[in-house]
Amino acid sequence: MLLMSVWSCFFGQDEEDGTETGEGDEWMQGKTLIKPLDQLDLTEAELKEEFTRILTANNPHAPQNIVRYSFKERSYKPISSVDQLAVHFVLEGNLLHQDSDEARRQRAKQGDVEEGGGEERADSVESKAGKKEQKITNQFNFSERASQTLNNPLRERGCQTEPPPRANFSATANQWEIYDVYLEVLQKQEKNKEKAKAVPKKDDDKGKKKMMLVETQSDDITKVAKVAKIIERMVNQNTFDDIAQDFKYFEDASDEYREQEGTLLPLWKFQYDKAKRLSVTALCWNESYKDLFAVGLGSYDFTKQGRGMLVFYSLKNSTFPEYIYPTTSGILCLDIHKHLPYLVAVGFYDGCVAVYNLKEETLQPIYKSTAKSGKHTDPVWQVKWQKDDMDNNHNFFSVSSDGRVVSWTLVKNELVFTDIIKLIIEIFDNVCRPAACGTSFDFHKQIDYLFLVGTEEGKIHKCSKAYSSQFLETYNAHNMAVDAVKWNHFHTKVFISCSSDWTVKIWDHTIKTPMFTFDLNASVGDVAWSPYSSTVFAAVTTDGKVHTFDLSINKYEAICQQPVVAKKKTKLTHIEFNPVYPIIIVGDDRGYVTSLKLSPNLRKKPKEKKGQELPKGPEVEIAKMEKLLSLLREPENSNA
Amino acid sequence: MLPKAEVEETLKRIQTHKGVIGTIVVNAEGIPIRTTLDNSTTVQYAGLLHQLTMKARSTVRDIDPQNDLTFLRIRSKKHEIMVAPDKEYLLIVIQNPSE
Repeated sequence: MLLMSVWSCFFGQDEEDGTETGEGDEWMQGKTLIKPLDQLDLTEAELKEEFTRILTANNPHAPQNIVRYSFKERSYKPISSVDQLAVHFVLEGNLLHQDSDEARRQRAKQGDVEEGGGEERADSVESKAGKKEQKITNQFNFSERASQTLNNPLRERGCQTEPPPRANFSATANQWEIYDVYLEVLQKQEKNKEKAKAVPKKDDDKGKKKMMLVETQSDDITKVAKVAKIIERMVNQNTFDDIAQDFKYFEDASDEYREQEGTLLPLWKFQYDKAKRLSVTALCWNESYKDLFAVGLGSYDFTKQGRGMLVFYSLKNSTFPEYIYPTTSGILCLDIHKHLPYLVAVGFYDGCVAVYNLKEETLQPIYKSTAKSGKHTDPVWQVKWQKDDMDNNHNFFSVSSDGRVVSWTLVKNELVFTDIIKLIIEIFDNVCRPAACGTSFDFHKQIDYLFLVGTEEGKIHKCSKAYSSQFLETYNAHNMAVDAVKWNHFHTKVFISCSSDWTVKIWDHTIKTPMFTFDLNASVGDVAWSPYSSTVFAAVTTDGKVHTFDLSINKYEAICQQPVVAKKKTKLTHIEFNPVYPIIIVGDDRGYVTSLKLSPNLRKKPKEKKGQELPKGPEVEIAKMEKLLSLLREPENSNA
Repeated sequence: MLPKAEVEETLKRIQTHKGVIGTIVVNAEGIPIRTTLDNSTTVQYAGLLHQLTMKARSTVRDIDPQNDLTFLRIRSKKHEIMVAPDKEYLLIVIQNPSE
């Protein structure tokens, strides 16, 4: 309506200026403007009103007040922006860009169809030549072609066989079974290696094969040996349970009340039936196996000389010895090698020396000295192992009544002897006395070449391995034969000696007179230093008593004097301290060996002042002894 | 001494030891080969202790395959049963320790 009115306004103006427009327009002439009936009547002011027209890009047909329900605000909300796009015309085309995916796919298909096109039938070539696309099945004219083939009738064929033999197998696969198998395989491999090396020895193999057969046929009881030993020890442990407990744990509580005295607690008693008439002539602990000790049996009686025995006992079995070696002559001394616990040196009454190897099955010694090879002509009183010589051969020394100190070396299969020193008595009145009889000796713990020899005349000679004819020093020790002479384990200058003249003397080897002298009222058979203290030692006498001294507690008397054998007539012959446990073994002349436990008072270590740490080690022991000796030396020096 | 004679002597000493009631030697299959007790008791002891020893040994070796069982002691009110196993044999001793 508005548009029409606008156009009429213009025409209206044209009417007024009609004369200017020209009279040439034919269609304009002859027409007079007809005012429509429904035309708006506007005043002149209204007619002159100017209306501005704006050209916008808004779509006039687009609704401007669309309202949508917003669930978030639960109310109707007008949409602010409305799409102003007015679509006038749509035509879908079928052009594809040549590099797009679809174009490539179509080109690929066309390529396939063109390749396989040659094999097609004649009538389809024409149709397909034009088409480059594959025929795709569609819903309208797709037909499936199938055909039914003949099914062959099914036949089953089978045959039955004998079932394989079955056996039930069950085992456990534990960690240890696997480990055992591995070990076996390893051993087999090693055996194979050895066989490969020993192939040229065919005769030996044959001999071995025979041996193998014999072993399997023999009685099976021999394999129970080890187990039987264990059981025997267990049975003994049960029987002697209280002794075993005492050995391990008992400490005499009453020692606290007895200031300076101690006691000896009897433990096991060792005896062997066949050794009843023999007396114990030697005792030795084994350094490596602390519960094993050796007992030499023989006789001190000159008139009753017969056979002897070497017997080994273990503390774990007190009823029967571990090893038994009968000998033709009585044993007088023995020594076990410090580092090789299976080598034992033995000295006999008939002057021979022998070496036994405990590992061997035989009862014979592996080495024995004979008359040709320099055996002693008199009983051998002491043997002692030495360190291996420069050729790594084992060697030991022996001392005998014939006055010789001999060194024996184990060279391969024989015993080679070397005279080290000959003991001679000083010449009095130009009369050459026969050689003195050595009855005991001991080697210094630290100084290798230094040793002491005690003689039957009661003298002690200090000798060196280097000098064969001269003594370094002679001490007039006793009035009767020196039965034992022993260096102190800690202090390097001190040694002890005992004799049948009822005395025990302690010496400093630099001084010619004894430091201490003890009278024990009976012939002293043996004396031994304790391995744990430099001032404790024990002595045994023929009246059946064990005397224990501790010089740091009491310098004049024994702190323990105890009879240890039942019958008073038995004489005690030897005593040894165990290197580790607080026990001593005592041998007597009836073939018994008694073990005793030392009470705490006998094992006292020096007490330091409170607050200071207890110094440990051998230095303490040396210092203790030194202190005692210095007390004695000073008055002597002042007297001299 | 021959090893065989030595073993025989050891077994004899064990049998005559104070308080020992009986001794049984059992082989690897659990069959007693030597005994000082009557048959039924022997068979019973052998069977039961064989199983127990195997179990005990298996336990010890499972924990550490390099270890092995040395012996087994079972102390009861009346007496003590001691079992010492070997690779092929088992030695059982019944002792009354308080006797």
